[in-house]
Amino acid sequence: MNFDFSDDQKYLKGEARKFLEARCQTSRVRAVLDNPDASSDAELWREVAAQGWLGTAIPEAYGGLGLGRLELCVIAEELGRALAPIPFASTVYFTAEALLLAGSERQKEAWLPRIARGEAIGCFAAVERPGALTEAQAQARVEGGRLTGAKIPVTDGDIADLAVVLAREGGALGLYLVELGGPGVARERLETLDPTRGAARLVFSGAPAERLGEPGEGMTLAYSIMERAAVLLAFEQVGGADRALEMAKDYAISRYAFGRPIGSYQAIKHKLADIYVKNELARSNAYYGAWALDTGAAELPVAAAAARVAACEAFWNAAKENLQTHGGIGFTWQMDCHLFYRRAQQLGLVDGGAKAWKERLVSQLERRNAA
Amino acid sequence: MDFNDTPDESAYRAKARAWLETNAPPRSAREERDEDAGSLAEAKTWQAKKAGAGYSCITWPKEWGGPGGENWQAQIFAQEEARFATPGNPFQIGLGMCVPTIMTAGSEEDRRRFVGPALRGEEIWCQLFSEPSGGSDVAAARTRAMKASDGSGDWIINGQKVWTSGAQFSDFGILITRTDPDAPKHRGLTMFWVDMKDPAIEVRPIHQMSGASGFNEVYFTDLRVKDAQRIGAVNDGWRVSIVTLMNERNAIGGGASYHRQIFELADSVATLAGSGIKDAALREKVADWYVQAEGLKFTRLRTQTALSRGQTPGPEASIGKVVTAPLMQDVANTAVELEDQFGIIADPAHAPLKGFFQSILLSAPGMRIAGGTDEILKNIIAERVLGLPQDVRVDKNVPFKDIPTGR
Repeated sequence: MNFDFSDDQKYLKGEARKFLEARCQTSRVRAVLDNPDASSDAELWREVAAQGWLGTAIPEAYGGLGLGRLELCVIAEELGRALAPIPFASTVYFTAEALLLAGSERQKEAWLPRIARGEAIGCFAAVERPGALTEAQAQARVEGGRLTGAKIPVTDGDIADLAVVLAREGGALGLYLVELGGPGVARERLETLDPTRGAARLVFSGAPAERLGEPGEGMTLAYSIMERAAVLLAFEQVGGADRALEMAKDYAISRYAFGRPIGSYQAIKHKLADIYVKNELARSNAYYGAWALDTGAAELPVAAAAARVAACEAFWNAAKENLQTHGGIGFTWQMDCHLFYRRAQQLGLVDGGAKAWKERLVSQLERRNAA
Repeated sequence: MDFNDTPDESAYRAKARAWLETNAPPRSAREERDEDAGSLAEAKTWQAKKAGAGYSCITWPKEWGGPGGENWQAQIFAQEEARFATPGNPFQIGLGMCVPTIMTAGSEEDRRRFVGPALRGEEIWCQLFSEPSGGSDVAAARTRAMKASDGSGDWIINGQKVWTSGAQFSDFGILITRTDPDAPKHRGLTMFWVDMKDPAIEVRPIHQMSGASGFNEVYFTDLRVKDAQRIGAVNDGWRVSIVTLMNERNAIGGGASYHRQIFELADSVATLAGSGIKDAALREKVADWYVQAEGLKFTRLRTQTALSRGQTPGPEASIGKVVTAPLMQDVANTAVELEDQFGIIADPAHAPLKGFFQSILLSAPGMRIAGGTDEILKNIIAERVLGLPQDVRVDKNVPFKDIPTGR
């Protein structure tokens, strides 16, 4: 039995934390928040690329470090903890994973080295309407290698170089690679709940599109990519949730009301204990997801859904109750509480919300139970 | 990260499995053994058999008659043993809490006397802590121990304990008593071991709301004990009891989401919106329960990993019961509600799934209270894990006899 990260992986995590504590303090996150023209920190992106993190799970043959998903998980936790305002998830968890999962040799050679070097930002463009992602959502069409339609919202679509797009060709759904710097692409930056993570509406009018994977596989591939991303995002969420709990705890110890620390009141103690319990359950579910992702286990769909549901719940709970613990000051722009509150929503929705994942989880359990 | 055994683990598992296959009765798939079934004699025989083969209290040191094994060996054996229909385990409290307290704080003579027989299942122990005036507040114990006036050095004990599991068949118990009511509450307690067969001790079963009687009231009327039965120093009983209580919290945990039973039930009942299994609210709950139960299961594996690496597990080990107990109650309530008017039937002949959920519904309140209420466990997480300050205390640094009791 070895249900923990290795010493090397823990060392990597420690190094990532040191780096981000030095280079990604919340003042840097706030600089993005306060700049209406920015949706990410390009300088931090270059620094992170220089660390080699973008290529953590990309094989050496494609310019990556050739480590595994477990190494990526420990980095993800630290990025989540630091609320890093960079397009890491879009580029690494969605786009690089999509290429590794379904890309042809040529596609991998064309894009993965650029991603690993930080020269190409990716994004995942699947939804078009409010509500959970279903086949009916995808109305964008490909004809003769040209894509027409609109995708909204696309996280990091405002700054990305490459999009993985879900669209129909003939009657069948497929995934397509579209260079966003090319012809036939218009993008409109959207105002987002979390301005430290940008999004766009992408409008395609005959944009050159190259199929990724087989025709008709679009939905299956989209779900597989979302499962992989769910596990990696869960680590970001657990990282953010733990830091929100630390904030709440520190404040509860130092803030006095009615002549004593507010952390001595049971109403606050029980609130913080509940956060702790949810965070630990989320961490354990995320670990199982990491194991399933790393080993390519058949359990991945169930493990990823459970990791996603637990992580969404934990980060949201930690973020909102951290703010509540702070009282009035927590509702101000100057306190960091709202950074976590906003990011919890961003991460909680970007890969599909918990409600849809609960349904996916229960459907899987039903099938497993019937078998 | 992997779930496979190391070569050492695999070898140990094979050895344990072979031994169990020869020595233990197999567990058939459907027929799970009732906790109370199986006689005490059967349990004692099984315990002695395990002890003889070095499978009882695997981690206990050799000097006390234990096999001196590793934590991971104990876990592997427990996993393998769970696959067999072994008799119930009336030794859990003694071997998990009482005897470790004696090993930590007892006299040399007591250790030599008690550890071996307990390990072999020859003697059963109970823990006499809770009182009518103090369940969560164990340090409020009022059971009084006074020095005998005859100069013998003996102690005379009067008072009452409650919620004592297994008192009716125990041979010995560890007992927390008040020895100095003039001292602040935590500094006037003393721990003893007592002979449960002494006629000055009366055991009365408690009729629980679930209908079962797993607990007892225990009355002490002029019970005389030797000073040599004291565990630890006079008035140092609180510190000694912490050892026992920490072991208790580690021992209680578990966690099941019952999703198989819920699916079985939901498949067979209708809601106004259609088949129960298609009920969106129910499906969302099933997902929530599953995530909690799996979260606990994998939290346990994290703890086991730390143990098998020879490390001290992190505080995450403390979340088990505070998750499981309310979860059980919520599952049972939802299931009974799904049965609609049939939900009131507890008769196994008519109730869906033979009244499985009705029976959980009636035992769940006890789970949320025994071994630390939800509220106390959350205080413990907040104070010991997160480091939040203690509540303002009106019962500290004042003589115990002056603490308000509301009466």
